[in-house]
Amino acid sequence: MKRLVHAAAALAFLIPVSAQAHRAWLLPSATVLSGKEPEVTVDAAVSNDVFFFEFRPLDLDGLVVTTPDGSKVDPENVGKGKTRSTFDLSLKAPGTYRIALVGDSVFARYNDKGEKKRWRGKLENLTKEIPATATDVVVTQAQRRIETFVTAGKADDAALKLIGKGLEMQPVSHPNDLVANSEATFKLMLDGKPAADAKVEIVRGGIRYRNQLGEIAATTDKDGLFRVKWPEAGMYWLEASVTDDKTDVKEAKERRAVYAATLEVLPE
Amino acid sequence: MRTLILTVGLTGLATGPALAADLEISVEVPRLDVAEYHKPYVAVWLARPDQSVAANLAVWYDVANKKQEGDKWLKDLRQWWRRTGRDLKLPADGLTSATRAPGTHAIGSASTAATVNGLAPGEYQLVVEAVREVGGRELVKIPFQWPPEKGTELSVKGASELGTVTLNVKP
Repeated sequence: MKRLVHAAAALAFLIPVSAQAHRAWLLPSATVLSGKEPEVTVDAAVSNDVFFFEFRPLDLDGLVVTTPDGSKVDPENVGKGKTRSTFDLSLKAPGTYRIALVGDSVFARYNDKGEKKRWRGKLENLTKEIPATATDVVVTQAQRRIETFVTAGKADDAALKLIGKGLEMQPVSHPNDLVANSEATFKLMLDGKPAADAKVEIVRGGIRYRNQLGEIAATTDKDGLFRVKWPEAGMYWLEASVTDDKTDVKEAKERRAVYAATLEVLPE
Repeated sequence: MRTLILTVGLTGLATGPALAADLEISVEVPRLDVAEYHKPYVAVWLARPDQSVAANLAVWYDVANKKQEGDKWLKDLRQWWRRTGRDLKLPADGLTSATRAPGTHAIGSASTAATVNGLAPGEYQLVVEAVREVGGRELVKIPFQWPPEKGTELSVKGASELGTVTLNVKP
């Protein structure tokens, strides 16, 4: 047993620093809908395995739902459980809806009385919550956008307009028109401009029921474009992140922008 | 498009002998021994080689659902929904009708002639997609050339949700 623990510890050591311990995601009950005013239930959680509720709920502050005419709509039946948050959406008008959880916070690492500490929160609380005795304070701006898309009736793209802040994805292939064994193209944008050479990780849901993660790795080209050939139908989790010095927080020297999306791929 | 639907629409009426029909189509809904059975939703259309839709021929679904919830499940005819269904205003006279019981049902008749009259020469596929509530989904295709050199009867047999689909192409 002892040897096993050692082995595990050694293995853990090998995992690159860039690997994220947890995945944050939105999970819609359906993405392609028909009929009059269909309903969608969306769960939001943070977990290791997509899409299982196993760690903690995702805070819904910063939830922005954009309707097909570009206006915003409030979710209904918002709730927070121990392992996931949830809300309902009535798709009153036909077209494509963008469901986004948007965050802009700061992350700090510092030493206090010989101890290494980490803090995450809103910028305005940074100086309040980090003790005055803290030394070696390194602040990072953390921008995050977690999205999913649902379409009632005919798909359109008025809700998918470029925002121009942080990391985001512009569809070349419509996100609600994805089919197994065919290729889709998307464009990653950073502050409204193509994000070149960004790494994208794509993982199919249902990790618990298979032994191999089978992740798909993609890298954006100079125009921010990347392509994915969907090996099979399913709900997929996609994440990309960029770290640079283009922070708009004066305390931070570094900015980390993360984009994640949940995309449904249907059978042929 | 509207004209097309209207003309094709008359198909539903024709159960008698075909009158100079150019495309005769029949679709078998198989009898299944399952715990819970509901008649399938079925869509029948003509596709071009690039899978774009040349003509919608029939959609069988729960048109008369009392709560008007029949169209909620139309998206389960996945390929049809993606290719054409989501662009249509439904129900559409003549195109849509009630689901069918197990047995063989004719689609093609005199009125499909009007559809095929407007059909540009080339390769086509007859596509039939079926999906059953709490059951499975199946899609079968029959490729054919239009106009045909001679009368041909083509058929394909579904493995699960569809029985024999027959296409009789007449010059």
